[in-house]
Amino acid sequence: MTQDPTISENIAVTGRPVSGTPVRRLTAGWHQTRGPASLRQHLARYGGLPNLGGQLIAMVTMAGLTGRGGAAFPTGTKLRAVAVGRGPKVVVANGMEGEPASEKDQALLARSPHLVLDGAVLAAEAIGADTVHICLERPRYQQIDEVAHAISERQRAGSDPVRLLIRDLPARYVASEETAVVRWLNTGDARPVLAPPRPSDRGVQRRPTLVDNVETLAHLALIGRFGPAWFREAGRADAPGTMLTTISGDVTYPGVYEVETSTTVGELLALANADIEATVVLLGGYGGSWQQIASVASLPFTPAGLGPAGASPGAGVVAVLPASSCGITETARVLGYLAGESARQCGPCQFGLAAVANDFAQLATGRLQGDSLRRLHHRLGVIAGRGACRHPDGAVRLAASALTAFSADLRAHAAQRPCRAAQRGPQAAVMPIPRRDGQEDWR
Amino acid sequence: MTLRLRIDPTACTGHGVCADLLPERIQLDEWGYPIIQPQVSPALAPDARRAVRGCPVLALRLQRVPPSQQEGTSAS
Repeated sequence: MTQDPTISENIAVTGRPVSGTPVRRLTAGWHQTRGPASLRQHLARYGGLPNLGGQLIAMVTMAGLTGRGGAAFPTGTKLRAVAVGRGPKVVVANGMEGEPASEKDQALLARSPHLVLDGAVLAAEAIGADTVHICLERPRYQQIDEVAHAISERQRAGSDPVRLLIRDLPARYVASEETAVVRWLNTGDARPVLAPPRPSDRGVQRRPTLVDNVETLAHLALIGRFGPAWFREAGRADAPGTMLTTISGDVTYPGVYEVETSTTVGELLALANADIEATVVLLGGYGGSWQQIASVASLPFTPAGLGPAGASPGAGVVAVLPASSCGITETARVLGYLAGESARQCGPCQFGLAAVANDFAQLATGRLQGDSLRRLHHRLGVIAGRGACRHPDGAVRLAASALTAFSADLRAHAAQRPCRAAQRGPQAAVMPIPRRDGQEDWR
Repeated sequence: MTLRLRIDPTACTGHGVCADLLPERIQLDEWGYPIIQPQVSPALAPDARRAVRGCPVLALRLQRVPPSQQEGTSAS
């Protein structure tokens, strides 16, 4: 899915208000223009960059903006942590959307690259950085060309006081992790490292470094223009603003939606017109969790809202499993991919994920029973928290959630009976698995 | 002053020396990598220091935990 060159054609933007007014902030005008908005179109749409006189960090803090890359860390806190560090700072705009079921950052860069660049420039001014590294996946050459064009438009206009540099990193799942991005910028190796020290303390060239997801920077650009009170007009007090979500799977209208952060899972499923026979949804991405639609439909798609169900929005991923698909088989395929994406630096990840993926492959064919099944449960309890990054935690979370969400199918597989999906006919794989084409390169 | 074990999992190669020297806080998983209960009491501190020195790849550290962080520190 991430390799699909037609992604920008599939963008569906909701103008339908879930609550309050229609939500067209980051996605304003996406229906009117094809391709990226030019600098002229962008300025006509949003106006010029404001001179904030050192107020940006306070504004972002008051707005309550949180990171849209998956961790949901308060952006104002991060800005301040970098700003108080010594010496010159660095900004990294993280556009390395490596999550196969997410397309929102690609959609944003394909339509509104200047909004992301605006946010990066404002953040750089606020923290005292003279350089912004815009980090993108190397195989996305069209995206790289479009962002490069946007930067050249700005250079001709001569408006930015900072250097904007595009950097193309290897396309690996964990290369989007912030310590991996910083390591690649420093050494050319895109594998994660153990933090602390965090990039905010010691990052690119050992300087305090702000690593923010590109959607986060786009919101920041709008907060800089229109202020925190405006930002809070959407969403709820504890989850203000809007967010981009990618809704895929068994839905009539797959695509990227901008919604208020207060939107419930059920409302998201209704927007994309999810099949009413579907019972299970993947929330948060491949390091997220399978959830029964019935038990999460009424919950807000926020970290706090989904917390009681053991779920998280991650980078805004919702994927509906078709009723005709076997969740165990899909999970086995995804775990095989995640195990292959281990950077093989940490034993519990390298060996643990391979073992769990192998267990699921056996589960899918009904060959994992008794002691082996008990061993799988044990394995799922000892891997998380033991890698340098959170990759093993996510894979184990997905695996554990599959055992709960698909418990009936599990019993069928163990008894060598066809599961619910198998009763409905032949299986087609639904969760997208990027092809590696033999690329093992981390440089 | 509480002490706390910390491992760099990217450095650890699974020799297992630490689990031999500090079995009270360190067990090995089925692949030979340490599962650590990080809090170290003063009584265990000498053994913990030996385990740190014994690691052939210097992946194990012993850190002082400031009193303000002693409550609710999570395992890592």
